[in-house]
Amino acid sequence: MSVESDVDRRTRGFRASFSRLRATFIKEFLQLRRDRITFATMIFIPLMQLLLFGTAINTNPRHLPTAVLIQDDSSFARSFLAAMRATDYFDISTSASSEEDLDHLILSGKVQFGVQIPAHFGRDLIRGDRPAILVIADATDPTATGSAVAALNGLSQTVFSRELTGAAASLAPKKPPYDLRVHLRYNPAIETRLNIVPGLMGTILTLTMLIFTGLSVTREIERGTMESLLAMPIRPVEIMLGKIAPYVVVGGLQMTLILSAARLLFGVPIEGSLPLLIALTLLFIVANLSVGYTFSTIATNQLQAMQMSFFFFLPNMLLSGFMFPFRGMPQWAQNFGEVLPLTHYLRIVRGIMLKGATFVDLQLDVLALALFTLAAMALAVARFRQTLD
Amino acid sequence: MSAQAVATEPESDIVIDVEGLTKSFGGPPVVKNLTMQVHKGLIYGFLGPNGSGKTTTLRMLCGLLTPDSGRGTCLGYDIRTQTADIKRHVGYMTQRFSLYQDLSIRENLEFVARIYNLDHPRQAAQDAIVRLGLENRADQLAGDLSGGWKQRLALGACILPQPELLLLDEPTAGVDPKARRDFWDEIHKLAHEGLTVLVSTHYMDEAERCHEITYIAYGEILAHGSVAQVVADAHLSTYTVTGPDLSDLAEYLKTLDGVDMVAPFGVELHVSGRDGAKLDTATATLRAEGPQVWTQGEPTLEDVFIDLMSKTKDNYA
Repeated sequence: MSVESDVDRRTRGFRASFSRLRATFIKEFLQLRRDRITFATMIFIPLMQLLLFGTAINTNPRHLPTAVLIQDDSSFARSFLAAMRATDYFDISTSASSEEDLDHLILSGKVQFGVQIPAHFGRDLIRGDRPAILVIADATDPTATGSAVAALNGLSQTVFSRELTGAAASLAPKKPPYDLRVHLRYNPAIETRLNIVPGLMGTILTLTMLIFTGLSVTREIERGTMESLLAMPIRPVEIMLGKIAPYVVVGGLQMTLILSAARLLFGVPIEGSLPLLIALTLLFIVANLSVGYTFSTIATNQLQAMQMSFFFFLPNMLLSGFMFPFRGMPQWAQNFGEVLPLTHYLRIVRGIMLKGATFVDLQLDVLALALFTLAAMALAVARFRQTLD
Repeated sequence: MSAQAVATEPESDIVIDVEGLTKSFGGPPVVKNLTMQVHKGLIYGFLGPNGSGKTTTLRMLCGLLTPDSGRGTCLGYDIRTQTADIKRHVGYMTQRFSLYQDLSIRENLEFVARIYNLDHPRQAAQDAIVRLGLENRADQLAGDLSGGWKQRLALGACILPQPELLLLDEPTAGVDPKARRDFWDEIHKLAHEGLTVLVSTHYMDEAERCHEITYIAYGEILAHGSVAQVVADAHLSTYTVTGPDLSDLAEYLKTLDGVDMVAPFGVELHVSGRDGAKLDTATATLRAEGPQVWTQGEPTLEDVFIDLMSKTKDNYA
């Protein structure tokens, strides 16, 4: 029977497997191209998130509105206010008329800081009575006030150096017997966007990649095309790779978009090797695509797959160190965070872009990402239902 | 005719050979202890009402479902352990259109051609398009096609990789008579070229175009053989009645002992009984006095199936 041997020849072996992979890849790509909404989301989700988060999040805000209540008319009071202004953290916008007024300004949220310089401040200071300046901070949002308060503490050394000369020189604060030099490496100006924008690349890719493949298998089941597909001689691993591959291209596009925006719009440097960054980002893309695909093999419909994706996305966003400092989390949360791909990718992307890290510095994170990807893929292939039972 | 051909064919020409297949989905079995053999080059009709287990049986044959019990082979491959081999040689056309609606006809066919690793997928798809007469629609999305064209496309995709066995699950449901006729001409052509076809259907006229049929209801085979055999095996006696007031007569006849089935066919009434003598006795007065005209007729396949159906229903009631 010539027909039989012909079919056998065609459908067995590595080249046949490659042909099936290619078939799935082309099919998925055509479907993707035809799905305009998905295509639009691919471009606009990253752009929108990047612009919104990149410009809106600032954990080190400056120019905070400040009210002052000055009951002393000495040059010391004026020097103090000038020094506060000079830190850039305080925007002295309001002058309060009484203590009640100051309280009200803080309470109503009109100002973040209230400064009260009591009567006879200058006189008491010269006398050596150590008068107090009251600074009230609205600490409902600690991140917003933290740096400003720290800057204020720093003032004490120098603020009255001009006034305290001659006879009053003895009142000038003494220098500590050592010098403390703090180097703020990689982000000396403590600009939040330098931390946020590379992190955003990770969160955006996590979200979009999860959703894309999360829908891929369930869509075939819902549209009834799975029955035909399963009746064809194609293996689960071929379906998986064929479905993941087109989205690696899409992820690559998103990466290019985000990297360009990071560079051009936000001025984030790329200190390390760009090819290394691209290669490891692609690894991260594959990791998330395989998680999404795994969800797709477990869920019974597209809605479920979507819910699973969000269920996975949330801890990634919260426990990876994107939202909150990783080392600020309790130990159990840190342990949990170590399992998430975004945690490792954040170290990779911040490492390469801001610190100029090399492959050797990042090898543990790369290993973790690779293991995670393999585990997700293995689970997906094992979970893939080859029959309709 | 075909029954004799079956009898003389050697054993090796058996394409499907299954024994005692049973399958349930949590509830009562959908297919019960099903045994069947299909010979090479035949068009084998699989008939039965909705929910009778036709689709489940077809899915077990092509490896999409695993039987709970029973064993068998399809094209010589074990239906439990060699499903990958079965899939390479069997074309399965699903009941619901299951090609990609958002791909064009050409893209769908090229996809299939690549899945089966045909040597020149583009050319193979183009040839199929020409053979199907779809040249003008080749770049139209499959989802935009009418029912008849969808079904032609689905068949075209099934036979593209040159399978040895076609499993067609109600391929002509919701398709107009002309398209149905064309479809069956195509199936006969394919069978003539040596392809074996197992086709499930509701339509009696389609059953009569099959070489061999099996009637299945509630997961069990109730009748099997060529159309003539099935009709003969039913041992039905049938009268054809014409004349006035047929509906009143029909209601009355249903109450008579010895009348097992009364079915209107246009201006005729088919009255059948499993026991010829009893039927004759019960209707003797009516036949003699009229006003309707009674003629002794041959039962049709439909008479037989409706009778089989009511018989099984009685068993399950």
